[in-house]
Amino acid sequence: MNWFSEHINIKSLWIKCKSCGSSVFQKAFIENLYVCPKCQHHHFIPVYERIAMLADKGKFKELWEDVSSEDFLDFTINQQKYSEKLSITEKKTGNRSAFIAARIRMNGRNVNLGVIDFKFFGGSMGSVLGEKFFRLAMDSIKRKRPLVVVSASGGARMQEGIMSLMQMAKTSAVLSLMDDAKIPFISVPIHPTTGGVSASFAMLGDVIIAEKGALIGFAGPRVIEQTIKQKLPDNFQKAEFLQECGMVDMVVHRKDLKDTIARILGYLCK
Amino acid sequence: MQINKEKKIKEIDQEIEKLKELEKREKISLDDAINALMERKKSLLNKLDFWDRVFLARHPDRPYTLYYIENMFAEFTQFHGDRLFGDDLSMITGFAKLDGIDVCVVGHQKGRGTENKIERNFGMPHPEGYRKAARIFKLADKFNIPIITLIDTPGAYPGIEAEKRGQAVAIAENLKLMFKLDVPIIACIIGEGGSGGALGIAVADHIAMLENSVYSVISPEGCASIIWRDASYAREAASNLKITAKDLIELKVIDHIIKEPAGGAQNDPRLVYDTLKDHLKNIISELKDKENLKAQRIEKFRRLGIFK
Ligand SMILES: [Zn+2]
Repeated sequence: MNWFSEHINIKSLWIKCKSCGSSVFQKAFIENLYVCPKCQHHHFIPVYERIAMLADKGKFKELWEDVSSEDFLDFTINQQKYSEKLSITEKKTGNRSAFIAARIRMNGRNVNLGVIDFKFFGGSMGSVLGEKFFRLAMDSIKRKRPLVVVSASGGARMQEGIMSLMQMAKTSAVLSLMDDAKIPFISVPIHPTTGGVSASFAMLGDVIIAEKGALIGFAGPRVIEQTIKQKLPDNFQKAEFLQECGMVDMVVHRKDLKDTIARILGYLCK
Repeated sequence: MQINKEKKIKEIDQEIEKLKELEKREKISLDDAINALMERKKSLLNKLDFWDRVFLARHPDRPYTLYYIENMFAEFTQFHGDRLFGDDLSMITGFAKLDGIDVCVVGHQKGRGTENKIERNFGMPHPEGYRKAARIFKLADKFNIPIITLIDTPGAYPGIEAEKRGQAVAIAENLKLMFKLDVPIIACIIGEGGSGGALGIAVADHIAMLENSVYSVISPEGCASIIWRDASYAREAASNLKITAKDLIELKVIDHIIKEPAGGAQNDPRLVYDTLKDHLKNIISELKDKENLKAQRIEKFRRLGIFK
């Protein structure tokens, strides 16, 4: 083997941690749920691996995967239409929306699971996310199954204008029905959860479990820095900081997420 | 309307005044010239585009919530504080009489003049503002008093303290709470409907909007700086976002448009107070005997969304 091919090989087998810079064997990194074994930094985990991590093996049925977005405002950025960007994103991600809705089993229990795909328009909330969230929660009520939603989102889908804002109200509306029906809703904000998603369902969980190190807030750090014209402290808006402020119930390591949710559901589902 | 256009209209007005004086002084008729100027003014006023409306919605002389309260209601009794942290002066809450009908009034308050603007935090509430609103919503619900909200904010405040005290939580909880209230809720956007900060008191059975107000998921400047990475693209952003009353009634996000006098509410506030007051009275009487308001409110918002 010459130096060149060896180098390439090394590059594909090893992952460099974004936080501590140490090199981690790729296979070990993935088996460790994309968490750096040295510094425990939680890296981005692809959406279907996130689901695999939460659902019992083979116990996953996706719902409404064909519901997709429409460019009803004819929104155009630098000559690129929203509709064009949508079809590119759909091809790239293999998904038709930023929200995967599913019926799963979690440690043997029937659960309705929603996961936001951050790779799809930054996990932004548009009409489809709101609609699928609403349907999934209604399905939870009908089947008397708890709802678990994992969020990672930059906020509202600007390309859907006011309609994306209305999804904040729409998702909150169905959660009022969940309250009436006494169906548990566990919200899991992961990195990053801001804007319209945090200011609606993500912060309305009966229990809110934040993933370690996740940035969670109303306004994004850039907007706040521009407003107050000063640098923000390092830990600001991090999950641990939110727990200190009393805004989330707990902060958990990714490897403990499934068991923690399942244990809490044990208390809430009778 | 933009400053240029507003200036031009002022110049026409001055020109007309001059001609009228001349008429008096010289005892001649200048009707033709005056009419021509009037026509020009009218065509300028009729051609308000979306960007003119952004300008008018933020006009420094536009009537703010407390003026509406003073001029539409009697016996306004203000309540202060969220019983948790403090009293947010950018959010006004209280009870009042609308021609003898008891109502609960909640609205954003902007300030006029530097000092007052700062005191009102430019109409941008902190979490305690939304929690004060929530407290008064519950009080109104408990004693069966219909709720009227007046929306006029650039947005909820994005700052360190706001984040620490849970801005996201405060707004989210209001959204859910407003779907649980049994009393009628009527919202009216009177100026700027800025994103979640506006929606935090705008979940309602009936949503009206002043003709020259705007309601948007993000400010045109904010949208421009995120998408174009340059706030100077605000106009382009606003045109894409579709934020005028006419756009929103087509999307069925709002139910009614309140007409404004030519050139904006600041030109004849009395007319706007009277029009809105009549409208509020009509809608309250329409809603007060309806059953299952809550379920209908949920259904109204469930229908919002366009997808394939
Ligand atoms: Zn590391």
